[in-house]
Amino acid sequence: MLTLEEVQAIADLARIEVPEGEIAALQQQLNGIFGLIEQMRAVDTAGVEPMAHAIDLTQRLREDAVTEEDRHALYQEGAPQVEAGLYLVPKVIE
Amino acid sequence: MHDRPLAALAAGLAAREFSSEELVRHQLDRIARLDKGLNAFITVDEEKALAAARAADARLAKGEGGPLAGIPIAHKDLFCAKGWKTTCGSKMLSDWIAPYDAHVVERFAREGAVLVGKTNMDEFAMGSSNESSFFGPVRNPWDRSRVPGGSSGGSAAAVAARLVPGATGTDTGGSIRQPASLCGVSGIRPTYGAVSRYGMVAFASSLDQGGAFGESAEDLALMLNAMAGFDPRDSTSVERPPEDYRRDLPKPVAGLRVGLPKEYFTKDLAPDVAACVTGAIDELKRQGAVPVEISLPNQHLAVPVYYVIAPAEASSNLSRFDGVRYGFRAPEYADLNDLYRKTRAQGFGAEVKRRILVGAYVLSHGYYDAYYLQAQKVRRLIARDFTEAFKACDVIAGPAAPTVAFPIGEKSDDPVQMYLEDLYTISVNLAGLPGLSVPCGFGAHGLPVGLQLIGNYFDEARMLQVAHRYQLATDWHRRRPMGPNLGWPPGKSSSAWRRMRSCPPRPRSSPAHPPPSAPRPTRRPRPWISRCPGCCRC
Repeated sequence: MLTLEEVQAIADLARIEVPEGEIAALQQQLNGIFGLIEQMRAVDTAGVEPMAHAIDLTQRLREDAVTEEDRHALYQEGAPQVEAGLYLVPKVIE
Repeated sequence: MHDRPLAALAAGLAAREFSSEELVRHQLDRIARLDKGLNAFITVDEEKALAAARAADARLAKGEGGPLAGIPIAHKDLFCAKGWKTTCGSKMLSDWIAPYDAHVVERFAREGAVLVGKTNMDEFAMGSSNESSFFGPVRNPWDRSRVPGGSSGGSAAAVAARLVPGATGTDTGGSIRQPASLCGVSGIRPTYGAVSRYGMVAFASSLDQGGAFGESAEDLALMLNAMAGFDPRDSTSVERPPEDYRRDLPKPVAGLRVGLPKEYFTKDLAPDVAACVTGAIDELKRQGAVPVEISLPNQHLAVPVYYVIAPAEASSNLSRFDGVRYGFRAPEYADLNDLYRKTRAQGFGAEVKRRILVGAYVLSHGYYDAYYLQAQKVRRLIARDFTEAFKACDVIAGPAAPTVAFPIGEKSDDPVQMYLEDLYTISVNLAGLPGLSVPCGFGAHGLPVGLQLIGNYFDEARMLQVAHRYQLATDWHRRRPMGPNLGWPPGKSSSAWRRMRSCPPRPRSSPAHPPPSAPRPTRRPRPWISRCPGCCRC
């Protein structure tokens, strides 16, 4: 079961601010979910190959050629703040 | 006009009985009148739709149109459509306009289908009730106080209310089959890798798969013909020769082995749903299909495994929504880290945040082996169960959802109860198999029930064959919700007009198995009303 400190720690890892007053309720909900998940932890899986994908695939290879056009201006249209082709964020180095 | 299935509309367009513009105007008019009460659409664009309809008419006039030319359709709002808002039902992307077309969107456009709008959905496809949308819940057309299911609830409701004859959806844990069941429409999730995920906003990449809703299995086959196929831009797209998903529809099901998982017919299944599903299986038996009892011994582990794998993949996929590159940014913040934290706190809804947190935890140092790796191993066991089962049967049949549609608000405060809605659908996603749901009767409160069919890998044509043969003998898929909220009769309580035959369905006399192109019975069975309501302009 997750402690309040653990909930805070994963919220920090996930970069999601959780107001002080909501942590306890969130902890309870997450522990409900982990209660459900718990059932699968007891299963004996010795020697079972993990299944990372829905179907077995081998990575396709392609010619080493440029296939994408430069569309950065179009893609940046949906960004909150852009200037001179760059994404603007608050200053990180003083 | 709206009361015909997609296949019949296509025939009408090809025969120039009506134009695409007339058809699209008719559907836009229905949406304008009826969607206020359903909230199935996030965006409708009349101008774009009518322009596309006129282009389709020009193609049809030259005899160039394919089976979908001129047909109005809707895309779930996580398929990028160039120039259209693509919101994923989230505040995070509430004003984001897609700069390119998803493969699925491209394919439908190439066929000449007319995009009329983008449908509402659970936020980032996380949910089973469509209550987690930033744009408000979708209402079930059969009873507006109830949920349509989710996450593709807008698409299912739009097809159920005959606002569009067909719509796309995605199915990560049941998000096509469960709403299809709850809304009384047909819906298919193809084999993983059959439909390209290019331009489909990712939730859980190893489970996500695009699919479609329509009135009938034949409609689904038509849409799948357009959607499926290899796409080099999706690294998990499977390279296979194109196939015609309609090819097996004329074949009878006699001798076909139908697997019945004993784990699907337990106390977890509501008795009214069980009765309808059993009735449907009896109809298949009557047509000569052979029932075979099978076992999926790890079925009970599917939901727990899913809630490790799906959140883990989601926490990684959704890390891109950081207030820098797409959509929403919090208005106030102290520094870069604070910008991330506040943007994600304000931009995501509660369910999305819960899943990101679960995912972050199971992937974190010290817990990876105990949760994520263990889940991947149990996933293998679940997939093996299906491989074993398909040695004894050709197709698996069972319920798509454990109950009929539940009231809005009933499960929204209890995530775990909501997760159990997908009890019968999730294992299919974990294994990567195809599944579909077709209407098979009405349960409690006169609400629709779906029959789930599960096929072996890339065996969609056979699943569609079984569904089609079932639909030739039954009329559940032809029923549509009626009442003032659907335009008729004005001012009367809807309940009086929704009186349904009780389940299990009475099998009708065996049809002569006409080929799919032959005219289907045109009589609309409406045993619960005495005269044509006149709302359909028939």
